[in-house]
Amino acid sequence: MAEAILTATDLVKHYPIKGGVLRRTVGHVKAVDGVSFELLKGETLGIVGESGCGKSTLGRLLMRLEEPTSGSVVFDGVDMYAQKGRAMRKLRRDIQIVFQDPYTSLNPRKTVGDIVGEPFDIHPDVVPKKGRRKAVQDLLDLVGLNPEHINRYPHQFSGGQRQRIGIARGIALNPKVLICDEPVSALDVSVQAQVVNLMEKLQDELGLSYIFIAHDLSVVRHISDRVGVMYLGKMAELGEEDDIYGRPTHPYTQALLSAVPVPDPTLRDKKEQIVLKGDVPSPANPPSGCRFHTRCFKAQDKCKTDIPLLELRPDGAGEHLSACHFAQPREIIETIDLTEQGAGNAV
Amino acid sequence: MTTTDTGTRRGKAAAGSEYHAKDGLLLEVEDLYVEFHTADGIARAINGVNFDLYEGQTLAILGESGSGKSVTAQAIMGILDVPPAVIPKGQIRYCGEDLLTMQAEKRRKTRGPEISMVFQDALSSLNPVFPVGWQIAEMFRVHRGMNRSDSLERAIKLMQRVQIPGAKERVKAYPHQFSGGMRQRIMIAMAIALDPAVLIADEPTTALDVTVQAQIMALLQELQEERQMGLILITHDLGVVADVADKIAVMYAGRIVERADVYDLYRQPAHPYTKGLLESIPRLDQKGQQLAAIGGLPPNLMRIPEGCAFNPRCKYAQDVCREDRPALRLVAPGRESACHFAEEVLNG
Repeated sequence: MAEAILTATDLVKHYPIKGGVLRRTVGHVKAVDGVSFELLKGETLGIVGESGCGKSTLGRLLMRLEEPTSGSVVFDGVDMYAQKGRAMRKLRRDIQIVFQDPYTSLNPRKTVGDIVGEPFDIHPDVVPKKGRRKAVQDLLDLVGLNPEHINRYPHQFSGGQRQRIGIARGIALNPKVLICDEPVSALDVSVQAQVVNLMEKLQDELGLSYIFIAHDLSVVRHISDRVGVMYLGKMAELGEEDDIYGRPTHPYTQALLSAVPVPDPTLRDKKEQIVLKGDVPSPANPPSGCRFHTRCFKAQDKCKTDIPLLELRPDGAGEHLSACHFAQPREIIETIDLTEQGAGNAV
Repeated sequence: MTTTDTGTRRGKAAAGSEYHAKDGLLLEVEDLYVEFHTADGIARAINGVNFDLYEGQTLAILGESGSGKSVTAQAIMGILDVPPAVIPKGQIRYCGEDLLTMQAEKRRKTRGPEISMVFQDALSSLNPVFPVGWQIAEMFRVHRGMNRSDSLERAIKLMQRVQIPGAKERVKAYPHQFSGGMRQRIMIAMAIALDPAVLIADEPTTALDVTVQAQIMALLQELQEERQMGLILITHDLGVVADVADKIAVMYAGRIVERADVYDLYRQPAHPYTKGLLESIPRLDQKGQQLAAIGGLPPNLMRIPEGCAFNPRCKYAQDVCREDRPALRLVAPGRESACHFAEEVLNG
């Protein structure tokens, strides 16, 4: 098994809510509330969840764009939140991010050359000044853009091309980990596949580890080796792609999977659908006990009081991490295996 | 519950509509063109669109941004901004009467009682300074001349119908006090308030989370079946279409490039663009799948390529595709495709 490059332990991020005339803190939005996981070298860890589950905050914490309320992240043997000044700056080279919206994440007044080359300005020792233009052009070429377009501005590119620019900027410093926060959700369907394929190609060529944050479960399944499902700031279930999609044991994962429309009308009546009641509760006032109990079809009294731990629970074929008192495997989708070993066989 | 008068929607005649859907045919769009005259030039958003919609039918219009699917909906509703939009050609007939040449006042009266629409973004479609009940009740006050208390009573009933919990208590709440899914339910309540014959849903679930999306789609389907509305579902999501549509029309650069029964289309697409789309999306129930991306980009509507608009991205393209724009034609029973090589695409 590959070794871990990044280990997050019990990460917590609470944002204060100020209220009243004196702007006193009247409560906390518990965006991320005790999340632990490991990212292995060269793998893609998908993080899925609905809006407000804390997946983007998690990404920002891993970048140290936010300071955590508590918890730690160890990157390559170094405690990230203990680093200061130069040491932190050096660390930042190794963890980079690609944002969701390619329209707002690129400065409209800068050329592509400036945008992709900016990491070199901040970390001048990576590429000597003379070689920068060439380095930027190589990057553009690598992400499938025309290197001659180095002097163009973002508005001259389409959404998919802009996302390529964002990716080029993300990999400019040769990072070890790339955090991708909904990198394809703003793109058109026909362009999405281009960017997903590019990201897979870059991973193979550069040996990157990805944390792939997205709400689209189909894209996450396609790109991820392991998947974590988040609900209201906590990890509900975490396991290999096969575990999560083939043998989900947490009722939330099961409901989520059953709600995703599959582009095949012949499955219309065969598919069982678990329709959840209501909406995701507010993270400022999350339910007691298991946070999912207000919407869960399995909830019992125990769930209202006892917080279920994320621990190894049997899934029929083995075991994987799940945070449910009544974890039980249930097949939601019938998987068609198109990998070389099992071409065409249903698993 | 169906009236004996064949081809007439249940309750429609009773409600006193002056329109009569002959043989259940509600809407006919014929050779519709829409262009936008801008400072930079003319953007040709719709270039000859034809389709029919019958009672109880769900027609999905599938396309990417800029394909003209939303403009088609806005043209039917008559909510295009004119100018910059210009409709140089075409007819949109509702129960045989052309909406485009209809007198403005008469057309206004079709919006709501006959044809209505649900938009993608419920928050910006609702007025933030009025209670939601008041906004739903407005439909009855304006179109039916009801008084305040009666119309509010009807609004509560509608809120209950779209399964908003505690409708009675929440009728005076403001839009910001509702979640995204609940707001979309309110929009649906407004859209069905006057029992329209045609409902247009423009990306009704795109802004919602997947578990909420499932709830809203189920509600829309239920309402459609109950009222036998003709439903036009506009979306870019091949999964949503597969779940609910009867017929599907795929749009590209302002034209319908393929139209078929939903089962046929997914089993065997007859246009290279549809085929490409189906091969390029990751599927939840497949692993180890290779995504065959469609190369290139959707065209700029100010410079749509000569011949077939899809030719620069198409692997079937030949010289004829660069010169001659293929018309939408019947390629097999029930199958229409606008491709010179549709038979080849269809047969593998």
